[in-house]
Amino acid sequence: MAYEKESISVTNLSKIFNTTSGQITALQDISLSIGEGEFFCIVGPSGCGKTTLLRILAGLDSSSGGTISLKPTNIDRPINSMVFQEQSIFPWMTVIDNVSYGLRMRNIPKKERYEIANHYIEMIGLSKFTHAYPSQLSGGMKQRVSVARAFANDPEILLMDEPFGALDEQNRILLQHELLRIWEETRKTTVFITHSIDEALCLGDRIMVMSANPGMVKTIITNDLPRPRKISEIRTSLQYNQLFQSIWLILRDEVTNSKNNSSTEEKKQPQI
Amino acid sequence: MIKQEYSSLFIRILSILSPLSILILWEVMARFHIIDTRLLSSPSLILHAFIPLLLSGELLYNTAVSVQRVIWGFLAGSAPGIVLGIGMGLSPLIRSAFEPMIAATYPIPKLALMPLILLVFGLGETSKIFTIAIGVFYLVVINTMAGVLSIDKIYLDVAQNFGANRKNFYLTVALPGALPMIFAGLKLGMGMALILIVAAELSAAKAGVGWMIWRAYDMFAIEQMFIALITLSLLGYLFSLLLDMLENWVLPWKKQV
Repeated sequence: MAYEKESISVTNLSKIFNTTSGQITALQDISLSIGEGEFFCIVGPSGCGKTTLLRILAGLDSSSGGTISLKPTNIDRPINSMVFQEQSIFPWMTVIDNVSYGLRMRNIPKKERYEIANHYIEMIGLSKFTHAYPSQLSGGMKQRVSVARAFANDPEILLMDEPFGALDEQNRILLQHELLRIWEETRKTTVFITHSIDEALCLGDRIMVMSANPGMVKTIITNDLPRPRKISEIRTSLQYNQLFQSIWLILRDEVTNSKNNSSTEEKKQPQI
Repeated sequence: MIKQEYSSLFIRILSILSPLSILILWEVMARFHIIDTRLLSSPSLILHAFIPLLLSGELLYNTAVSVQRVIWGFLAGSAPGIVLGIGMGLSPLIRSAFEPMIAATYPIPKLALMPLILLVFGLGETSKIFTIAIGVFYLVVINTMAGVLSIDKIYLDVAQNFGANRKNFYLTVALPGALPMIFAGLKLGMGMALILIVAAELSAAKAGVGWMIWRAYDMFAIEQMFIALITLSLLGYLFSLLLDMLENWVLPWKKQV
């Protein structure tokens, strides 16, 4: 799949953690190029550094070597917004204040930012909870708010770190549907981390498979399942099954490898 | 945990009934001379002494004097406590500068400082307010710092990712995130203030609820002593009620769980 413009370019990126028991190479020689408007998924065994990679892209961590460049098309828009894996909406703010948080940080007047936030709250189906506090929401609803907060900020790039990983299956499918729908409308460059091959196939244009210890790019697979996608339909297609199989074969070795090392490695992995 | 299904009415009745039965027991034991009323008085004797004390305005005056001292001391202790506590929570530099000092001086009973405070500030109002302030300060500063430190790191990441500047970082993350712990500190501080007011009014005071207790001791007026004690307990209840109201108003996100 060819993209007119490049949105993210990463060259020979590496990340080394210094711990008391020595150095750990979390990422090594990562190079990739993500096009504008692409939905890019990253799968890999746990501990392969995929979250670290995303945090470096988000500017929350620094790299140890190599270069990354995020190419803004419009300087008025924020470069990236992240949807975190864990519960990350502020418990002390109402849904609308959470969703409009990024806009508030950019000094957009209250009336305007509430209008934008309302639009996204409606999109995620939480209009009834506009002025509710997160303690009144379920886990799935909280994660919806988190997704809406990132979209409302209207960034160049969306970074999503296993946003639906902690949800039950019904909620996960629902949110994947909603994400697909919102994404089809906005076509934002998206980097999406998941441990689920199925999720990557349902959402992504391309899927990068990572290996662990150190985290490296194993392969990048193009997922040309037709869009707009209906999750229930694509799951039964032959193409889906072939892609699933080929990714699984690559991942299987990685997972067994990292499993063999995990008893020692997990303790060494710094908490990030 | 096993959920016990008592009706709320029963629970409400029980919480009124149990103190009431103690009062009745007290009265009965006094009437039958099982206890010495010269030392332990009785509910009816206390009530008898209460009315003139209330009508003469003496009780209200002394209460007002103490309340004033408590409020000033509380404010003088908690305001710097919150400011320094947030600073210590956010900045490792401020923390390492102050924490050892606070940890080392915290265990000193504040009452042990009274003579020094009297020498420095004299016998006037300042010494009493300062004694209360210093007791409140420690509890508030320690809780505030712990509150800021306990804010989940993820919220700091969110603020950074969404481009919060320093001011917004304080206002939208550090302060609201630490407020529940700040209130815990304020409530402990209020309890401490009421403990210290009695001690502070022991020396060189001419009015106040604490002074009433010591005067009652000197005059052997047991009933007045009990009245002052009840007043203190009421004050404590009222202040905690006020703090709860303030907390519900400032922390609307906490009550709706």
